[in-house]
Amino acid sequence: MAQASMLKVKDLKVNYGGIEALKGISFDVEQGQIVTLIGANGAGKSTTLRAISGLVKTASGAINFMGRDIIPFNAQQVVAEGIAMVPEGRRVFDNLTVKENLKIGAYLRKDKDEIESGIEDIYQRFPRLKEREWQLAGTLSGGEQQMLAVGRAMMARPKLLMMDEPSLGLAPLVVRDIFAIIRELKAEGITILLIEQNANAALRCADQAYVLETGRITMSGTGEALLADQRVRDAYLGSTAR
Amino acid sequence: MWNTVFPYILSGISVGGQYALIAIGYTMVYGILRLINFAHGDVFMVAGIIMVYMAASGVPLWLCIPLVLVLTALIGFVIERVAYKPLRSAPRMSAMISAIGVSYTLQNLVLYITGGLNQIYPTIPWISDSVTIFGATTKRVTIVTPFLTILLVVALVLLINHTKIGMAMRAVSRDFETSQLMGIKINSVISMTFVIGTFLAGVASILYFTNYTTVIQTSGAMPGLKAFVAAVFGGIGSIPGAVVGAFIIGIAENIIKGLDIILFKAGIIPGPVGLATFSDAFTFALLIIILAVKPTGLFGEKITDKV
Repeated sequence: MAQASMLKVKDLKVNYGGIEALKGISFDVEQGQIVTLIGANGAGKSTTLRAISGLVKTASGAINFMGRDIIPFNAQQVVAEGIAMVPEGRRVFDNLTVKENLKIGAYLRKDKDEIESGIEDIYQRFPRLKEREWQLAGTLSGGEQQMLAVGRAMMARPKLLMMDEPSLGLAPLVVRDIFAIIRELKAEGITILLIEQNANAALRCADQAYVLETGRITMSGTGEALLADQRVRDAYLGSTAR
Repeated sequence: MWNTVFPYILSGISVGGQYALIAIGYTMVYGILRLINFAHGDVFMVAGIIMVYMAASGVPLWLCIPLVLVLTALIGFVIERVAYKPLRSAPRMSAMISAIGVSYTLQNLVLYITGGLNQIYPTIPWISDSVTIFGATTKRVTIVTPFLTILLVVALVLLINHTKIGMAMRAVSRDFETSQLMGIKINSVISMTFVIGTFLAGVASILYFTNYTTVIQTSGAMPGLKAFVAAVFGGIGSIPGAVVGAFIIGIAENIIKGLDIILFKAGIIPGPVGLATFSDAFTFALLIIILAVKPTGLFGEKITDKV
């Protein structure tokens, strides 16, 4: 791959209350790709995203984003650098309206007119949100909330979009929609770091994939390669996945 | 009958407005930090002391008023940074105990400075003047208070619902972590909350002490507690709730203060029976009843614990 790495994570270690959640992981995210980390509960997937986004302190290692060391950055500075996150469980602000949730995604932006047109773009992508513009986000269905969470993150105009279990707790049809959106975003040139327990769907859309097991990366390769790998199939895809 | 009751209702509305301005500080801080800021009543008292000393040192009154408000807001800012911010990730009880510590620190500091003597509050012209309204004579501050309170509350509600910082305050009150992921500096938002709350307590102190004329180190305790009950009664975390609760408590309390005379004049009781002494008890009995019957208060939301 001739492209430059947008995000380089090297030997990253994170401790959580005396437990080593990440035991030194390294991976790269190339510009314009979908990269996925798959693994079981507690493997350290969310911790990885939280470390990148500045929500948890790292013990050692390096995180380099577009040539800058972002380890010392707090969450607010990381957003300013161009990394947005769709958090696990959606976490929309249920006491804010749909429109306010989108506005707050653009909190660091100063360009008022472009924010308004950005909101219109999100509404075009998700017409359902337009219909519910003035409703409190807490009244939306799970799928709608996930779309809102994606729209909210997009409002920051990120260079890298991190998504933590976007399919969690959603109906199968909605999950299909979510993955269609992820592919669309990639087609528009957005780089995506995706974390999933739904390994099958994640590997199908990923350019590059990593398997995380108890704080270590145990396998890596293209999405297709891992999808075909017998060990991955046994551990994460179940015997019925063909 | 009306002539007997009206003055009590009038002063009830006025005291209610003062409680409301204090109660907003409790309810906003609770809304964002889930912390009962026990020092809030003492900040109100310190605002009174600052006014006394500033006026005594020769600063003209028209300058004292804005200075007191700014200094009070600054005290609120400093208290949060020194006593609560370092405990942000500690169990909630720690910040609560820290708040009690701040409360006693302020009281004892004022005791040390004043020697525990009643300080005479300066007479602010115009609002201290006597006026007669519908046959009841009172200080003008009594009339001004409810209008000023409503004005400030409307301004505050507009700020919270229609500005960017207000949106950030609502977001932070719901979810610290996700707010940070939006690029919101939560520490600035929390500081802003304290500044607004203590600023309003400063306004309340000017109105309240103009009416009661003396300040002592314990002057903040009772109004602070009453305002706290008002905030709980209205549903802690809710600004309209705190305001409505404060007016109800202020009016009820003052009617009870005059109940002997009102009932006597109405011919219901033959002479005074000392019902006035129950006016404070009423407020705290109300607290117990509210907590037992409807802990979320009049306008309160269901309490959801943060993850």
